[in-house]
Amino acid sequence: MGTKNNIILSIDDLTIHYITQDLGTCRAVNKLSLDIQAGETLGLVGETGAGKTTVALGILRLIQSPPGKVMSGDIRFQDKSIMKMSNGEIRKMRGKEVSMIFQDPMTALNPIDTVGEQIAEAIRLHMKVNQKEAIQKATQMLEIVGIPGERYHEYPHQFSGGMKQRVVIAMALACEPQLLLADEPTTALDVTIQAQILELINKLKRENNTSILLITHDLGVVAEMCDRVAIMYAGEIIEMGTVDQIYNNTCHPYTSGLFGSIPGYDETSERLKPIKGLMPDPANLPEFCKFAPRCEQGCESGKQSVPDYYEVEAGHFVRCHMCRKGRKTADE
Amino acid sequence: MKNKNTQVPPAEVKRRSMFGEAMRRLLQNHMAMGGLIILVAVILLCLLAGVICPEGYDAQNIAERFIKPCVRYPLGTDPLGRSLLARVLYGGRISLLIGFVATIIAAFGGISLGAIAAYYGGIVDDVIMRVLDIFSAIPSLLMAIVITASMGSGLFNCMLAVGISSVPNFARMVRGPILSIMDQEFIEAARLIDATDRRIILKHVIPNVLSPIIVQMTMNLASSILLAASLSFLGLGVQAPMPEWGALLSEARQYIAQYPYLVTIPGLAIASVVLSTNLFGDGLRDSLDPRLKN
Amino acid sequence: MLKYIGKRILWMIPVLIGVTLLLFLMQSITPGDPADLALGENATAAQKTEWRERYGLEDPILVQYGKYMWNIISKVDFGNSYKTGKPVTRQILQRWPTTFLLAFLTTIVSALIGVTLGIFSALYRGKWFDNVARFFGMLGISMPNFWFALLLIQLFALRLKVLPVSGWYGPKYWILPSLTLGILGSASLLRITRSAMLDNIQADYVRTARAKGQRESKVTLHHILKNAMIPITTNIGFQFSMGLAGTMVLEQIFAISGLGNLMVTAINNRDYPQLRGSVILVAATICVVNLLVDILYALFDPRVKARYKNS
Repeated sequence: MGTKNNIILSIDDLTIHYITQDLGTCRAVNKLSLDIQAGETLGLVGETGAGKTTVALGILRLIQSPPGKVMSGDIRFQDKSIMKMSNGEIRKMRGKEVSMIFQDPMTALNPIDTVGEQIAEAIRLHMKVNQKEAIQKATQMLEIVGIPGERYHEYPHQFSGGMKQRVVIAMALACEPQLLLADEPTTALDVTIQAQILELINKLKRENNTSILLITHDLGVVAEMCDRVAIMYAGEIIEMGTVDQIYNNTCHPYTSGLFGSIPGYDETSERLKPIKGLMPDPANLPEFCKFAPRCEQGCESGKQSVPDYYEVEAGHFVRCHMCRKGRKTADE
Repeated sequence: MKNKNTQVPPAEVKRRSMFGEAMRRLLQNHMAMGGLIILVAVILLCLLAGVICPEGYDAQNIAERFIKPCVRYPLGTDPLGRSLLARVLYGGRISLLIGFVATIIAAFGGISLGAIAAYYGGIVDDVIMRVLDIFSAIPSLLMAIVITASMGSGLFNCMLAVGISSVPNFARMVRGPILSIMDQEFIEAARLIDATDRRIILKHVIPNVLSPIIVQMTMNLASSILLAASLSFLGLGVQAPMPEWGALLSEARQYIAQYPYLVTIPGLAIASVVLSTNLFGDGLRDSLDPRLKN
Repeated sequence: MLKYIGKRILWMIPVLIGVTLLLFLMQSITPGDPADLALGENATAAQKTEWRERYGLEDPILVQYGKYMWNIISKVDFGNSYKTGKPVTRQILQRWPTTFLLAFLTTIVSALIGVTLGIFSALYRGKWFDNVARFFGMLGISMPNFWFALLLIQLFALRLKVLPVSGWYGPKYWILPSLTLGILGSASLLRITRSAMLDNIQADYVRTARAKGQRESKVTLHHILKNAMIPITTNIGFQFSMGLAGTMVLEQIFAISGLGNLMVTAINNRDYPQLRGSVILVAATICVVNLLVDILYALFDPRVKARYKNS
């Protein structure tokens, strides 16, 4: 029960489907709810295909429709409903108050515009500056992310992957957004570059008190960067809490499985411990607990109904039949 | 006791080969199927020309020239009193024959060149590509004109000319996929276990380029028919009295004012066959690689 | 940039050499003796030999080729017509502007219609406009251009009587021929434009632009279209050579005194120098136009420009 008046983004019961003719209806996001407080970094963790990117795109109303459609639910940014905003209002919001870093830097930049121009474009859209000032500010942003300002006039293909991602970050932060949506910002990069990029994001966050929704599948990154974590599975949040709570009082079997599959550096074992099975087909989701087919615990209720969201300790929520009242109950 | 059987039975996954999947998509494509049906219908009609018009394509009857389409002469008669229906049906045989043979010639030459260039790479690739570039500097029609000018007109030379001028297209189309396959690592793996060049080509390379080849052959059929008609129209391809469709149009040209049906009908024949082939080819391409579908 | 242009020009030379060599070699496989055709059946063997010597046909083929190329390069002399004995050069140069103009007009019409329709077809993908446009695209590449020309002549020249049937005596005469080829050519460009646009519409950087809060109109024009122009430009160049090929046929129908007409006459007369000269001129035109298109392409795509600036 955190202080509600500090919440910058609130998603309530969001449901997004992709409706196609060939493959049926893909239920990407199912009644998802989460909050982000001002100045905090919320990690959104899940396997590929869990629906994380869809959530981020939904916040910016960038879901391609067709085939995507927001079926129900609301997203409120600073207590204004995003769903009800006009096109003009949402364009003002994009890039200025809420901006996004995309996953793949190789394709996120326009190949025929200079990097400086791409940053300046964001600046000119939202700030009342003339041409010269826009270029100045864009050059500044380049310097801030560690790229020499003289490289303003170069094209994306002249940069390495890590530098391209820095440009993307510069673009996203140029107008000092209050909420940054970072969709796996380091997945496409080497480990060494990863560290630099994460440090950069953190630095900028500290300086501007930016809230961040950090989408990732890497639990190490979460530990380093996040204040709170939400674990996503098959379009739902199945566990959410502070980093401390999730890492030290793991409740949901899926989350345990995630931690368990990471090889520890101080143990010797012969095989990795993956979670058995695959995530359910989003076009064919079961009407009971979506994790039941893979669950080691295998409770009876899991095979019959969708579990409720239980608060096992202050601020720590789990969607699991067996985690009622904060402790694992025996099978019934 | 915890019930260990927590596995929900996996959803029924129908096992379909990639080919079967492509066939399914193709069958659902109405335009493509329509095109195929028309093409097959035309082929059948032309094959049955002997039955439908037993008099042949050169049965002249000056008394009955320039008759507009009616019950007795479903497509009318031409300036020499020959039934236009007979001319069109027999002509269809020729046009289609040229189309098919030329496509086979082009495919043979083009695939060999493209495959050799891609497989051996290096200077072999360079030389072959330069030669193809030279051929490409001249549009196909011009190339075909030059070849028939050198070798003379007639049915066989026409087929050869049309076929040769289409070789560069095939070669390029084949070289692309082969080059990208070659890059992939499983070829290296095959080499490591001492598979011979020939085996690699047969077993790995060819199946992967089959799709673009099939599509290209279909499109090439369409363009060959057009090319042959253009040649005959110019008087360079098939010679009179053979009723190739382009030649029919050439004969009809001077009568365009008084007897427009002589112009409309053969042209309609060419257009419908080429259109249906193109529709089918397009549909084939969409179904074989839906990722490319736009 | 100059380096890029220089490289492309250097590239043209082997191509032109190859083309001319090819044409020369084609002649050597031709059955029959040109002397027979030129002099008639009653000519004596001595007369034929003398004729052949005059035209240099007694030399080995590669020597002939060498002399031929030398004449072209040093004197722009394409030899003499077998039929008339007069120099080919003057005739082919005289007729070149006509053919070029027709091909040029055709390309403009194709580009204007094809690219515009293609853009809207992509933007309204799936709607009725797109479906109609796509069908038009298929129809256009399937129709014989000579048939379409005859149909248009029938409609506009014979029935409606608003345009002349044939000839090339002024702008009114340009309309029908260039419309014919232009409309058919636009079908091909429509398909390519549509495809290029769709590729870019789904591109990630388009999403990035929207995420920055950019207006849809600017996204379409600047981000999508400008990127799509790259493959479209190269295809416009290709359309020119297709247009040039098309004029070969249309000149027959519209009785236009261009290179195509000359070529067909030359073939019927077995007049190889005239044929060769016409084809070489056409090939050279295509090479130059492709060069210009390549330069245009480099202007659109900074990756190309940069690559050559730094090399």
